[in-house]
Amino acid sequence: MSSSDLPLEVHDLTVAYQKKSVLWGIDLEVPRGKLVGILGPNGAGKSSLIKAAMGLIPPTSGWVKVFGLPIQENLKRVGYVPQRESVDWDFPVNVMDVVLMGRYGHLGLFRRPGKKDRDLARECLDRVQMLPYADRQISNLSGGQQQRVFLARALAQDSDLYFMDEPFAGVDAATESAIIELLHEMKNRGKTLLVVHHDLPTARNYFDMLLLLNMRVVAFGNTADVFTYELLQKAYGGRLTILSEVAEAVRQRGL
Amino acid sequence: MISLRMDAGVVRSHLRRWIWLVPLMMLLGGSISTLQAAKVGDLGELNLKRQAIRFLSFKDPAVRHAVLGSALIGISCGLFGCFLVVRKMALTGDVLSHAVLPGVALGFLWNLSKTPPYPILIGATLAGLLGIATVRLLLNTTRLKEDSVLGIVLTVFFTFGVCLLTMIQRLPTGSKSGIDKFLFGQAAAISSADLWMMGVIAVLAVAVVSVLFKELLATSFDAVYARTIGLPTRWVEGAFILLLAMGIVVALQAVGVVLVSAMLITPAAAAYLLTDRLNRMLWLSALFGVMAGVLGAFCSFLGNNLPTGPFMVLAASSVFACAFLFAPKHGVVTRWWRHRSSTVRIRMENTLKSFYHVLEARRFEGDGVSVLELATRRRETLDEIRGRLKELVDHELVTTEDDRGVAFLTPSGWKKACSIVRNHRLWELYLNHAAQVPADHVHDEAEKIEHVLGEDAVRELEKKLSYARVDPHGRLIPDLAQIQKGLPTPSETGRVTGYGR
Repeated sequence: MSSSDLPLEVHDLTVAYQKKSVLWGIDLEVPRGKLVGILGPNGAGKSSLIKAAMGLIPPTSGWVKVFGLPIQENLKRVGYVPQRESVDWDFPVNVMDVVLMGRYGHLGLFRRPGKKDRDLARECLDRVQMLPYADRQISNLSGGQQQRVFLARALAQDSDLYFMDEPFAGVDAATESAIIELLHEMKNRGKTLLVVHHDLPTARNYFDMLLLLNMRVVAFGNTADVFTYELLQKAYGGRLTILSEVAEAVRQRGL
Repeated sequence: MISLRMDAGVVRSHLRRWIWLVPLMMLLGGSISTLQAAKVGDLGELNLKRQAIRFLSFKDPAVRHAVLGSALIGISCGLFGCFLVVRKMALTGDVLSHAVLPGVALGFLWNLSKTPPYPILIGATLAGLLGIATVRLLLNTTRLKEDSVLGIVLTVFFTFGVCLLTMIQRLPTGSKSGIDKFLFGQAAAISSADLWMMGVIAVLAVAVVSVLFKELLATSFDAVYARTIGLPTRWVEGAFILLLAMGIVVALQAVGVVLVSAMLITPAAAAYLLTDRLNRMLWLSALFGVMAGVLGAFCSFLGNNLPTGPFMVLAASSVFACAFLFAPKHGVVTRWWRHRSSTVRIRMENTLKSFYHVLEARRFEGDGVSVLELATRRRETLDEIRGRLKELVDHELVTTEDDRGVAFLTPSGWKKACSIVRNHRLWELYLNHAAQVPADHVHDEAEKIEHVLGEDAVRELEKKLSYARVDPHGRLIPDLAQIQKGLPTPSETGRVTGYGR
């Protein structure tokens, strides 16, 4: 596989906030068409990895390439789903406005979204079953609906590589299964998805590949190879409550 | 809600500033002349009328300048303010507007005169931007949070400006310079050069907001996301701050340093309460800004050139108060009124329901229902029932024969009574069937739902319950089609007899 086919290539990436390192020497090569879960304890640098990969925080050292190019030259092929809490849901916009923002990157400066963009946005809303809510003000949405709107916005971007920051946090069960179905559908269309996740038991079923992170890469590979007691313990080491969760998750798997 | 909270904060901070400006005004001995007209005795009725005519006839060039200038800054402040409000940056606007004061003073010292205004404008813009830069610097290099940093920068810059102004007042030419007008604004002193600048800024504001609407919207809603899709958020933000600073500076002549932030925030906050879309909010806010500006200029002119700023802010605050009270969705009075009218409706529907129950209990024989029967059914006093009946009579749902103490349903009253009972029983059945709620638990829930079920919801329920006829308590559910078909023509007295069996 030539390097320009690799959706994401990270080499020796180190990130520090005010001289305190949060990520050490990350090396990563994510193949195309995979649904990758990023797992790790709190403070492991999961969100930081996404942000650094997207060029939102400057790395101390190392580099990131997206389809063989630095991220700034390839923004259109990358989509981002931020954490739901990162925006003010009382902002005076409706659902359609938010989804249309996914088109802004394609429009370039000064141009307003046209009929084609609206049609596409409607299609994306339909794919997350939110079309009836298109004209709803966003403060009238439930947590799960907010997350679906963010996903519709990402769909409207029509990118090839997606970073998602905890899309399952605080959503209802129906939304969770709708989202995972959507992620699989996207994957089947050849998209590559990196998803920050915090629930161990479900991680095993949801993802093709897992990245275990604890300030450095503990393990990265197919779920079956990575989801082992030893590796999980290594990633979550020393944290008793989570250890028991790991034990439970592994027990369920029948190891 | 956010804007409300901010507005309260702004008002409070203004009050605080006013109070400590009192000794300052005394210090500025020479400037007291501007405030002399505030003595009520001077404002004779004749004078007011004459001034009003002079203002409204628009002949006086000073009036034309004042009105046009105030309207123009109303537009620019209104537009910029929207972005401050939705980005929760109201206090940043406050800092920027106060930080310009030392720049005003230094610009004046450049050639010891207010004319030409360019040194003052340039100095003020630079001082404002320096203030914002200081805020950013402190935020990036210390652990301090934004509110503390804003508080420090605002007061430091403003104090520095006040010191410089005091110095200027002591200069031989200082007291006649009119520099003090920058504190509270004086629309009548707007020169044509000022006017030009206000026009340029207003046109720029409209142009930038319409051309860069998409970029401003995305940056304001979700700046991080905007960066990830490649929008030039830093440029957009920088351009916005620069324009905002220039907008504030040209507004100074009319509104004054102390209150210009209110002209930014109050019209926008009022618009925020009235709409859920940013583009409409921008229109409304600009409109409110113009209204406040012109009204402020008018009042100031009536009072023989009283400071304009306070009047503009009063006008803007009145608009805000109206929005707070009467906004169609969130207004306090509107909400109260909606609640009240729904209480009345529910009360009437409950009484109509009792009509049905009384009639049902006697197998729909006889047509009148006595006040006593209703009172027993509703567990209310006779007087209360008479009051309820009066309400129903007013709505032509019921007729009464007072001497016999008997009431009759009109055709529309009968239809309404049937549909409310039907809503109740359908909902009970639905809860019982679909949600497996025991039959003796469903009544209270249905008491509430019966008043809110719409036509469509009822159709849906009917279908889901496969057009059942009997509720969980074994009573008949009145059928809408039958109600209408079986409804006998009203007799000449307008009463219903037969009750559609």
